[in-house]
Amino acid sequence: MAVGQSVPRVDAYAKVTGQAQYVGDLEPKTAYFAKIVRSTIANGRVTSIETGEARALPGVIAVFTCFDVPDIQFPTAGHPWSTVPSHQDICDRRLLNARVRVWGDEIAVVVARDRLTAERAAGLVRAEYETYPALSTPAEAMAEGAPCLHDEKPGNVIAHTSFHLGDGSFADAAAQPGAVTVEADYAVPAVQHCHLELVHACAWMEHEKITVVSSTQIPHIVRRVVGQALGIPWSRVRVIKPYIGGGFGNKQDVLVEPLTAWLTTKLGGHPVKIELTREEVLGCTRTRHAFDWHVSAAALPDGTLLARTYRAYSNQGGYASHAHAIAANAANVFKQCYRDRVSLDSESYTVYTNRPTAGAMRGYGIPQGCFVTEALTDDIAYAIGMDPLQFRLKNCVQAGYVDPHNGITMHTYALDQVIEAGRRAIGWDEKRAAYAGQTGPVRRGVGMALFTYKTGVYPISLETAACRMTLHEDGRVSVQMGATEIGQGADTVFSQMAAEALGVTLDRIDLCSTQDTDVSPFDTGAYASRQTYVSGMACKKTGESLKRKILDYAARMLNRPADGLDLRENRIVDETGAALLPLEDAAMEACYSLTDSTHLSAEESYHCTDNTFATGACFAEIEVDLPLGRIKVLRLINVHDSGRLINPALAKAQVQGGMSMGLGYALSEELLFDENCRPLNANLLDYKLPTAPDTPRLETIFIETDDPTAPYGNKALGEPPAIPVAPAIRNALLNATGVAVHSLPLTPQKLIEHFRAAGLLGGASHV
Amino acid sequence: MFDIQRFTAASDAADAVRLLREDPDAVLIAGGTDVLIRIREGKLPDAHLVSIHGLPELTGVRRTPDGTIVIGPATPFAVLAADPIIQTCLPFLGEAVSRVGGPQTREAGTVGGNLVNGATSADSAPSLCALNAQLVLRSADGTRTVPITAFYTGPGRTVRRRDELLTEIRILPEDYAGFAGETVKYGKRAAMEIATLGCAVMVRLSDDKRTVRALRLAYGVAAPTPIRCPQAEAAAVGKPVSTALADEIAHAVLDEVNPRSSWRASREFRLQLIEELTRRAFRAAVIRAGGAI
Repeated sequence: MAVGQSVPRVDAYAKVTGQAQYVGDLEPKTAYFAKIVRSTIANGRVTSIETGEARALPGVIAVFTCFDVPDIQFPTAGHPWSTVPSHQDICDRRLLNARVRVWGDEIAVVVARDRLTAERAAGLVRAEYETYPALSTPAEAMAEGAPCLHDEKPGNVIAHTSFHLGDGSFADAAAQPGAVTVEADYAVPAVQHCHLELVHACAWMEHEKITVVSSTQIPHIVRRVVGQALGIPWSRVRVIKPYIGGGFGNKQDVLVEPLTAWLTTKLGGHPVKIELTREEVLGCTRTRHAFDWHVSAAALPDGTLLARTYRAYSNQGGYASHAHAIAANAANVFKQCYRDRVSLDSESYTVYTNRPTAGAMRGYGIPQGCFVTEALTDDIAYAIGMDPLQFRLKNCVQAGYVDPHNGITMHTYALDQVIEAGRRAIGWDEKRAAYAGQTGPVRRGVGMALFTYKTGVYPISLETAACRMTLHEDGRVSVQMGATEIGQGADTVFSQMAAEALGVTLDRIDLCSTQDTDVSPFDTGAYASRQTYVSGMACKKTGESLKRKILDYAARMLNRPADGLDLRENRIVDETGAALLPLEDAAMEACYSLTDSTHLSAEESYHCTDNTFATGACFAEIEVDLPLGRIKVLRLINVHDSGRLINPALAKAQVQGGMSMGLGYALSEELLFDENCRPLNANLLDYKLPTAPDTPRLETIFIETDDPTAPYGNKALGEPPAIPVAPAIRNALLNATGVAVHSLPLTPQKLIEHFRAAGLLGGASHV
Repeated sequence: MFDIQRFTAASDAADAVRLLREDPDAVLIAGGTDVLIRIREGKLPDAHLVSIHGLPELTGVRRTPDGTIVIGPATPFAVLAADPIIQTCLPFLGEAVSRVGGPQTREAGTVGGNLVNGATSADSAPSLCALNAQLVLRSADGTRTVPITAFYTGPGRTVRRRDELLTEIRILPEDYAGFAGETVKYGKRAAMEIATLGCAVMVRLSDDKRTVRALRLAYGVAAPTPIRCPQAEAAAVGKPVSTALADEIAHAVLDEVNPRSSWRASREFRLQLIEELTRRAFRAAVIRAGGAI
């Protein structure tokens, strides 16, 4: 049994020793360096651009501006393409843009022999602008008279959706005898993925073929978008995806590949590379969407949740990227976690602003939606004086839930066990009792938050995947997946699944980590926590298919029917399990037989038309130093039902990484801007990722269900760990201090302001 | 790749000041943890660098026969923190520089660079201000000694001329003997951080440990430059050690500091930190001095 074992990562040795090849290892040493010239305003239009001085600098190969690029608008979101025009992503940018919509917009590009020359030349390009007021928030962008950022979207609203559930209304619920209501604004900021490897691509041409090597999560989608952006047949583009140093959704967007590909076409096919700086990645690629909400809840004193309302404004930034898909997802988690007995009213806006373009980031709107859902849940429980864990048990989603809009079904359910496991692990009841009525300057609290998360994107979007396997003469099997390893361990779990499906030991599997769109099977890539569920099924199907072919061949060799034969631990066995033939003997014979030579390989694709919910919860215990506004996280426990675990050790590591991301979202991470939408802290000193000393021990607990719709009982795990941490810490703060903070992050300065307003600091204000 | 046009490694301090005099564009580099960042940001185009990295003459800590502690300015933070003289006589200074950035920065960055960079947030500055450090500046014209309290002229600015080399950081015996000290660095995270506020408190108690004989209060990021709070220091002298005194000092310093609001932190928030950290650092210093509070 390879599935279910904590086997070491198949790429561990290569990565630890430095043998693993990344874009920087693969790009030709002759590659020119292309440096993007970025706008110094966030909203306006380039009226003229002076490049003479830059062109004159020795070592400069070429300079191209927004007036030189093809008049083609293209989308960048890493979504599967849709053949239905109304479902296609918004095409709202060119390779370089004269109409500036974000600070640092791409208005020109300098190509030089080396980075230093390119950077210096880029500083010599002078642009003149017509400048419009910068729009920071959805409210500003939706205001009467606000400048329109894209002609296709007058009023700057990309999408506005709403729904009503239930037979009554919020007013009906609030009018019930004894009903208690809460109503408040909540907000979360833009944060950034901070993947270790920067955004990096290199392109060159051989005759008509454009090869792009890129640090991406989605090679097949990159090929499509490069084709679209350049207006060329997609198969003229070949995308190679080697090992990558993290993506977290930023590389589920097509970032620099189209421009890199276009530049090589302008330079006779010479290799050209773009490698962004950390500052560019932080300030000028993609962010998690900032949200503003107005929500309310009504509950009875016994804890029955009656009704809620939800109004969300998602700050898209300057370009559509993943657009309203994020806001729709955020609204879904608000809906899916709880049962409103009377009604739920929900509406969501996604709005263009001049902030950096927001896109996909681990959890895809759910960390935002979970924050408002779970903060509101604690606030209504606090208002009726009920233990928030008990309130959740009374109102949370139950087994067999079917989403009323998209039909996604909880095929397996363990949310009740998840809550119980976390409750016991953190000592919830004892600590809630012990921490009641504290008075000193240092106080403790415990808090929790739960979530639901679908597995993949069906039925909202296409789910398709493919795999290919080849049996080699020595009995080893090479496996090619269209699905991508992005650091999460996909190659390892696919190797385990392949070994399991085939009946061979893991050491017989050679999984090709690289995707090459000219060679690799099709897959849409790493996002939506979909790969083990969707691509895993393609892997399983292919393994089973190859196994059938092997057994058919062995049957001919053994001169007996294939029925009753099986492949187990590298041997063909009979019904009793007795070994009849080593796999390597069958493999050698199949290749070199003078009478019956056949090359044993299999390729299968899988069109997934189902989905299922993973669930989980975070439990946090914190200590708050009131006079310093400082939260110390004492314990942090994530409990997950992600179905059956393919590799428990990797699953634990995945959860710990996600918890770390959630910890930063809770306490310190936030992109800051001035009034002109210029980033203030787009560097790793001023953007406060938590460090090791800021991180408590990250405890993980799994409740394993066996989901019938999955290849091996597994459900979403990649993104969920990041989701519940921030609201759990926020709710622990409420428990510790009675102070309800309605926005992230919980920075000391913000907490001092809240504590002072609540009268917890005493003394006069320092003004 | 860095935009460095010329790089010369000085053979000793005399060579360094000669090189600085000869090339009007030359800039000193020791650990490089500030200079290389400025070069990467394009703030020193075509840099001409004179390196004093690792010069033995400028590295290490010694004590002269009269008890003066002489710190070589090219001493890396990690070396300074591990030095036996520092650990014995000025433990709080070693603790302060152990909070600089991360391990790599502490191995490369130097205490002298920390001062001449002129930043109010320098982790070594509050302690060295509290210690009345004497800074010896040498140029091709000769040598002068400047007290640290007269060294800073504004944010990122000091009295050091471009062609002057900081050769010694001197701590006189009367500035450390009998004192106990405590430093606090308040950052938004526990490492890899620039100070939101730095604070150093030194206290000398009476023989019975019940009365304050001398007090030194120094801050970073409480004003455009590192500062002392002489009025609050003087007001505490002769007073009995108590929590009331800690509160009195914490309130008194608010009249002498002048933090600014920026996107990194508001003035109000920094004032809250100054008051609370002063209270805590004073208590800790008193306990280190053998007192009770």
